[in-house]
Parts: sequence; structure tokens; C-alpha cells
Amino acid sequence: MSEPLRRDHMTTEEWLAWAEADADTRGLPELKPLLAALAAAQRRLRAADWNQDAPRGSAPPGEAAARPDAPESRP
Amino acid sequence: MNGPLHFLAITELAPLIAAGHVSSVDLTEACLAEIAAHNEALRAFITVTADEALAQARERDAEIAAGTCRGPLHGIPVSLKDLIDQRGVPTTAASRVRDGHIAAVDAPVTARLREAGAVLVGKTNLHEFAFGTTSDDSAYGAVRNPHDQTRSPGGSSGGSAVAILTGMSVASIGTDTGGSIRIPSAACGAVGLKPTYGELPTDGVVPLSPSLDHVGPLARSVADAWLLYLVMRGDAPGPGASWADARRVSGLRLGVPRPYVHDILDDEVRGRFAESLAWLRQAGAKTVDVTIPHASDTAAIYQHLSLPEAAAYHAASIDAHPERYTPNVRLRIEMGRYVLAEDVARAERGRDVLRADVDRALADVDALVLPTLPIPAPPIGAPTVEVSGQTESVRTLMLRLTQIFNVTGHPAISIPCGSTSDGLTCGFQIVGRRHDTEALLAVAAACEPRVGP
Repeated sequence: MSEPLRRDHMTTEEWLAWAEADADTRGLPELKPLLAALAAAQRRLRAADWNQDAPRGSAPPGEAAARPDAPESRP
Repeated sequence: MNGPLHFLAITELAPLIAAGHVSSVDLTEACLAEIAAHNEALRAFITVTADEALAQARERDAEIAAGTCRGPLHGIPVSLKDLIDQRGVPTTAASRVRDGHIAAVDAPVTARLREAGAVLVGKTNLHEFAFGTTSDDSAYGAVRNPHDQTRSPGGSSGGSAVAILTGMSVASIGTDTGGSIRIPSAACGAVGLKPTYGELPTDGVVPLSPSLDHVGPLARSVADAWLLYLVMRGDAPGPGASWADARRVSGLRLGVPRPYVHDILDDEVRGRFAESLAWLRQAGAKTVDVTIPHASDTAAIYQHLSLPEAAAYHAASIDAHPERYTPNVRLRIEMGRYVLAEDVARAERGRDVLRADVDRALADVDALVLPTLPIPAPPIGAPTVEVSGQTESVRTLMLRLTQIFNVTGHPAISIPCGSTSDGLTCGFQIVGRRHDTEALLAVAAACEPRVGP
């Protein structure tokens, strides 16, 4: 990769901007539509109700309290 | 029995070979003649091992003449997807990256097939490195669907499905990372089994994504697939043994997941699936609606697992020889280098969630049933197709109903369930409990005569 990857959390938008710029630098501009599709998948993954990025209260009823990564126990 | 001998199922051929009524040499020559006649157009095979196959066939015939039969696979012509090692033969993975490779030893599954008496006729074409669902992107040319040569046979094990359908081999061995056995089986009209994750060894098989990769058979019947599965598992049935113990349809409980699964379906695919369910109900099966609550998260989870694993395997060679990859496959491998570790961790969590979802959906039924593909075989090279009034990505559609069971590891099989008005085949997918692939096969054997054309 042409630029160092940030060590702090990147939003999907920040990640996509970095990835597209890197693809250009590497001479792979045709990669950009695929990276945009991957960004959509990343958004979906991060918004899923079963992970730590999910909006509070979105877990299925009855599951949130039993899960170690439920909203209440997030760092 | 109808038609030429090399179009029969293994279960039909085995007693004829054991009794000396059919010679393995004649059967092998018939398959090699089909390859000679049709491979230029269909591109099903990359390497044909004619001399070695005929030598094996002569040995098998001599054994029969001497009173020795190894079992039901004795003398049967079988092909291998060109991702699986066969000693002394190139494993190309349909890629110029592998130019010059010759396998030093058999993969364990190959060795078990050979020991059981199979005659290895050659290595079948595929989507390069199994990294695609259409078998379009191959260094050896796009594989063509025998039902309509302007259409894809599905992939990535496209050559294997074509080989079975056209009599080039009686059965074939493929691999399945997101549906690559079941997709071409549905698109060509074959039976394709993905066993439970981890049951069959993947050593000696070029990996795509090791946490999702499976080896399995493509065959002309559930009983044939069952036999090949047992042989590759290391439990080859002996001569005269029976192994395909079908359940009765009456009393079967089949779970039908509708949300997500039925959201995007070609009208004719939907029709064939509905007819199949009706015939099964008429025969006494009970169908109940079930849900897989997080099914719509599957593609996001799958990509974040499969892409970085593929990128890791190809890291050195794609830096050294990027021009040797087909352009689309090269780009998909490059994508994997951009996946963040924290997103892989999220996807691993998603895998656990999906696995629990499917386990729950199976809790009160014998199996889940759903279409294998939401569309019939797409035109070769088409990036998108119209379905349900929308333009959708072919790759996304082809993986839509199969990849979830690679993520979760549940065994799944596709059996033919009729054709569209254009003569393109449809697949009926049946999914069983993890670590009980034989129970799934027993359900599939029961359903097989009820859902066909």
C-alpha cells in the first residue's frame, strides 16, 4: 500500500477514500467500483444487529442481555 | 436402462462391470470419444489423461477377469476439477500462474478414488482459481453450457457439471467455497453435494478460502453422489454393498425459509420450486415455514471472510506475476488486500450468528429446502441480469442462496427439479444438520424422484 494505514478506527467513508486513493497510486483504477461495493458490504457488516457497531437497541429481543458484545457491555 | 452405457449412473453400471458384462475399457473409450467430439466447443476439460485412463481401465478389467472387484466404483470413469492434484498431471487451476506445475502425489481424495477403482479420465475446466461463479474467466477459455452454448454452465466447477451431462465422465469431483459444486449442478442439471465443512480432506487441493472450502462430488444421482462421498471420506463400500438408504417421503418434515430466499427469484425458478414442494406434499411430506433471521447479512460476512483469505494465498504470486491472472480474478484478489482486520473479526462473529440461525431453523425439521439458484444459467460474460423487475449482479445472484451454507458449514445438496421454457435447468437445494451428511443424503434420495421433471 502506498500510504500507511491509520491505526485509529476509520469510518467506511474514510476507509473507501483511502482505498480508492491507494488503488489510483498503484495503477489499479479499475479496482474502485469493486472497492465501492466492498464499502457497501462493510457498512452492512458494521450495522448488523449482532456486532458492537450496531445502533443501540437493535439486537433481537431476548438476545441482547445474554451476549458479551451486547450494547450494555461495549467498551 | 436407457441410452448409451456411458450415460448411465454408477449404480446401474457397477453390477454390469462386476459381472463382466461391461468392460471398463469400453466405458472409458466411450467417454474419451465424447471428449474428443465435444470438448473443443464446450471446453469442459483442460487436460485429458487418455493413455493413463485406458491403462487403468485395462487393469480394472483384468482384475474382474481374475475375480476381483474393488467395489461399486470399480472401472468407472471419473474426472477431477483441475484444482485437485493427480500425481504426474498438471494442476492448472485454470490459470497461467500455474504454468509448469505437475502434481508430485495424489491429493488424499484422489488417492481414495483411485484405490476404490475409479478410472481418472482428466482434469476439468473451472473459473480461474475457483474465484467465480460462471466459469467465464479461465485461461483455457470459458466453459459453455450444453443446454445453450451462449450460456454459462455455472461455476466454479463448470467443466465438471458439463462432463457429467455430456458423457465425458460418469461422475466428477469439484470444490465448493460459495456454491461452486451446487451452482453448476443446478445450471446444468446434475446432482452436486457439499458435505459438512471439514469432512473431506482438502490437502492437495488449491485453496481459495480455507475456512470456506469444501470438496464434494457432482453426479447423475443422489446414490452416486453418496457413493463418491463415502469413498472420499475413506469409507468405500465393498463389492455388492448397498449404501443409499433413502428415507420415506411420507412423514418428512421440510423447512422452507421464505424471507430473503424468496425475495429475488426468477418467475420460472419460483414456479419449478413451488411445483416440487407441491409434489412432495402430495407424497406425504410436511412443509413448514422457517426463518433464517440474519440471512440478508450473508454476503457482507462472506466477502469479509473469503477475500482476505484469497489475498493471503495469492500475495506472493500476484505481486510477482499480476499479468498471468485473468483481469477480473486479479481484481477480486486485490480487493482482499483492503479488508480491515477489525471487519474480519466482525465477520467471524457474523459466522457464529448465521450458524446458530441455521441450526435453529433445522431444529424441528429434517431438512431445509430452497432453490439452489435464483435464476437460470446466465449468458456467458453478462455482468448483470434482470430479475424480479430489477437489474442485479450475476455474481451476487449466483451466490445468493448457496454461500450461507459455506459460511455455516452445513451440508447441502442440489438436485435437478425441472427446466424453464427455454430448456435451462433448475436446482432444488436441500440442507441438513452439521456433521450428519448421510441424513441429508437420505432425505435427498427420498425427494429425488418427486422433484424431477
